[in-house]
Amino acid sequence: MKAYTALAEIQKGLAKGEVTVVQLVRHYLDQIEQKKDLNAFVHVFEQEALERAQEVDQRIAKGNAGKLAGMVLGIKDVLCYKDHPVQAASKILSGFESQFTATAIQRLIDEDVIIIGSLNCDEFAMGSTNEHSTYGPAKNADFPDCVPGGSSGGSAVAVQAGLCLASLGTDTGGSVRQPAAFCDVIGLKPTYSRISRYGLIAYASSFDTIGIFTKNIEDNALLLEIMAGKDDFDSTASQQPVPKYSQHTQWEGKARVAYLKETIEHEGLSPAIRAEMEQVLNRLREEGHHVEPVSFPLLDYVLPTYYILTTAEASSNLSRFDGVRYGYRAEAQNLDQMYTQTRSEGFGEEVIRRILLGTFVLSASYYDAYYTKAQKLRRLIQDSTREIFKQYDFILLPTTPTTAFELGKKLQSPIEMYLADLYTVQASVAGIPSISIPVGKDEQGKSIGLQVMADFFQEQKIFAFANELISLQKTHVNTL
Amino acid sequence: MLTKELLNKYTPVVGLEVHAQLLTNSKMYCTDQNQYGSLPNTNIGVITLGHPGTLPMVNRKAIEYGIKMGLACGCAISRHNYFARKNYFYPDLPKGYQISQDKTPLCMDGSVDIMLKDGSQHSIRLTRIHLEEDAGKSIHLDHEKDTLVDFNRAGVPLIEVVTEPDIRSSEQAYALLTEIRKLVRYLAICDGNMEEGSLRCDANISVMPKGSDTFGNKVEVKNMNSIRNVQRAIEFEIERQIMLVEKGETIVSETRTFDAIAGVTHSMRTKEDLNDYRYFPEPDIAPLHINEEWINQIKAEMPSLPQQLFRQFTQEFGLPTYDAQVLTDTKEIALYFEEMCKNTSNYKAASNWMMGPIKSYLNELTLHIKDFPLSPKQITKVIAIIDEGKMSFSAAAQKLFPELINNPQMQPIELAKQLNLLQESDLGMILPLIEEVLEQYPDKVAEYKSGRKNLIGLFMGEVMKKSRGKADPKATSKLLKEKLEA
Repeated sequence: MKAYTALAEIQKGLAKGEVTVVQLVRHYLDQIEQKKDLNAFVHVFEQEALERAQEVDQRIAKGNAGKLAGMVLGIKDVLCYKDHPVQAASKILSGFESQFTATAIQRLIDEDVIIIGSLNCDEFAMGSTNEHSTYGPAKNADFPDCVPGGSSGGSAVAVQAGLCLASLGTDTGGSVRQPAAFCDVIGLKPTYSRISRYGLIAYASSFDTIGIFTKNIEDNALLLEIMAGKDDFDSTASQQPVPKYSQHTQWEGKARVAYLKETIEHEGLSPAIRAEMEQVLNRLREEGHHVEPVSFPLLDYVLPTYYILTTAEASSNLSRFDGVRYGYRAEAQNLDQMYTQTRSEGFGEEVIRRILLGTFVLSASYYDAYYTKAQKLRRLIQDSTREIFKQYDFILLPTTPTTAFELGKKLQSPIEMYLADLYTVQASVAGIPSISIPVGKDEQGKSIGLQVMADFFQEQKIFAFANELISLQKTHVNTL
Repeated sequence: MLTKELLNKYTPVVGLEVHAQLLTNSKMYCTDQNQYGSLPNTNIGVITLGHPGTLPMVNRKAIEYGIKMGLACGCAISRHNYFARKNYFYPDLPKGYQISQDKTPLCMDGSVDIMLKDGSQHSIRLTRIHLEEDAGKSIHLDHEKDTLVDFNRAGVPLIEVVTEPDIRSSEQAYALLTEIRKLVRYLAICDGNMEEGSLRCDANISVMPKGSDTFGNKVEVKNMNSIRNVQRAIEFEIERQIMLVEKGETIVSETRTFDAIAGVTHSMRTKEDLNDYRYFPEPDIAPLHINEEWINQIKAEMPSLPQQLFRQFTQEFGLPTYDAQVLTDTKEIALYFEEMCKNTSNYKAASNWMMGPIKSYLNELTLHIKDFPLSPKQITKVIAIIDEGKMSFSAAAQKLFPELINNPQMQPIELAKQLNLLQESDLGMILPLIEEVLEQYPDKVAEYKSGRKNLIGLFMGEVMKKSRGKADPKATSKLLKEKLEA
């Protein structure tokens, strides 16, 4: 079978009868089996996916198939799908099956998506390497000794290695964009509140977003278009109308582009990425786009703000995992013991670290020094980021300071690992949309990602400009 | 022993925290049923159980009920409401935190007025009223080694009414809690049942030397399942604290529990091992904005409140305080009475009927006013018959009233005729009878005229006899006097 990389091609093939959805699913199941070592999928819904595929084929024959007929999707192990296991890659949810389906997933199913399985990630989406998983690490398909990034590592690898056409991850501080950059795929973090969070196992509620991995902009736009929009089950989901993102993905005219001096000048940024970034900016200038440096002096405050607020929320969000109603419960003699044993044994090191940190910053004696201050900083970061959008359409910045690194390399140093999120947390703290697109390779051939950020709800613009950047890049590569 | 002199040396300072479960159909943050008495763990969906991935949805009815209570107490209503998480671990708390309100309670300030038995009136200020969710119920059965948890109650909407430390005696606390219960029942937002726990009260109690303006260390008392027990617990605590202070000991700030059987409080935990609840803004609920339009709509739907009715009954209707208190005690009685007053201006008579024949009938059969077969209009028609002099109150209460209850569809006047209960006040009919009697007893007439005025009773009796009891006594007596003194 032909290796498809875009839904439009697949749907053409389906229409012509060149391929069936069942064949597609078989193909992906094969790939999953062959590339098992990548440890991307943690559960494969083989039988069910084939049955669903048959139904979709029937609907195609009758001419009443949904917009996503032919789309085979993997979902991160933090998204709820009724009667399917979901455990946030944590021992504490061993054996847990969700009793309901996430709103976003349901909307995709209603358009005939096929969910082929669930994907590896860092425990409770906390981590930047996918090494903090009860299932063991997922591996970068292009460099199996390297991490795929995290926390949605499995989701990135699945698309990178062609184990499914697209996948869903979640992005709280870069968990979609950073692995997308490491794995040479496109990763979108929409505006906070654009997609309902109902059915997303929470890490940090005021940051969490569902994100999308694809190999092209059109598929990404279509998935967003279908998932986005208000939801009675999530009062924080935006009421803003949802544009037809998939119908306008070409850029027209000249863009006003800002890049942040501090990000390019940062000592942690690898020379290869800096060089790539400068090339892209030059090419944009050559194309007549308006490109200028702006200053963002708050950059150094972004990571601490992020870690104070997300750990605070996480410490509370993860309180429900107490062994009382579901999941793992340790044998114990009394209530206090049950709590401490269950949680000490059920949670991994990184999760425990963040719960402790979050509990600390919320405690009465430190609340004002940390939590309150971080809240104020969040507002400052949001305001000054949005201030830039008064004069510019986009902010361009590297997705990551380095390309994919070796497994185990940063496991011993949480601070170094946190630095991997340096460029992605700004959009998360501000709540704005951001996409990571592959723009090149370093000297070892490892992929480099570039982020395009825009103001609230400007996904339409982001998709179009990302497409522009991708085609610029292609022409450039072809002329080399 | 706490003597009167000793008590007089101190000022007790009490504040109450009252939790009221709201009578909404569904829970505070999901559509699971809010129903007392269901089989354990039947009203529990994924949101109640705090399953991973679930989010709370705010119940607008609960907000409306909270606003109603706020308006009834003269509170300022917060236009911008933020919810907050109160974090602590307990098996009956599914999420490991309770969604409550911290810095922006739904209602602020306001007050509740109370009146004590001696007629003195006090206004108790409220600090706040906020919304929150109830926890489940931990059940410790004798034959069970394990603790069982029923999550039906988890997520049931609550309002918490917090008073300022304005209460100065157990009697005031009793009156305040009674008033609050009356209010929630009038507003139909809570059934006010303390035994079933739909209304719960904690009391913060301290004492200070009279004249001092520095409060003593306060003690929080919990587990009082009736208004009477709240009063008893406060009484006990005041005595305990005064005796300790007298002995030169300091009061430990702590939480104590009330043992209703022994009538004493026991220490539960000291403030040192108090939880740090780590309150922070609930990120899963969008800020809730309350606009004027919504508040006005709620205002328009507010029923009359006991204080308003009390004022109306005493000031407009001129009823004695006692009557007005009894009549406003429950909403249904007050509304029945109010309805009667729309059809009669003899308010005192209406009150007498309410507090006399109607209440005794209800008490005798342990009926609720809503089961009373006669409409307020029927009773006012009876009142009119009496006022027209056609029947005495005692005849109406003893003879007509029971018959009318058996025939509630009948017109009272018709029934009275049928039962031959109507008096005659028609002069044309009474006059011939009087003349007959005076002719019959000429010597008695002479005696009367010479000064034996009490003979009027004899003439009255004779006229009544001749009329077979139907002559209106007032009219008859008046006419007789006129004739005799002519």
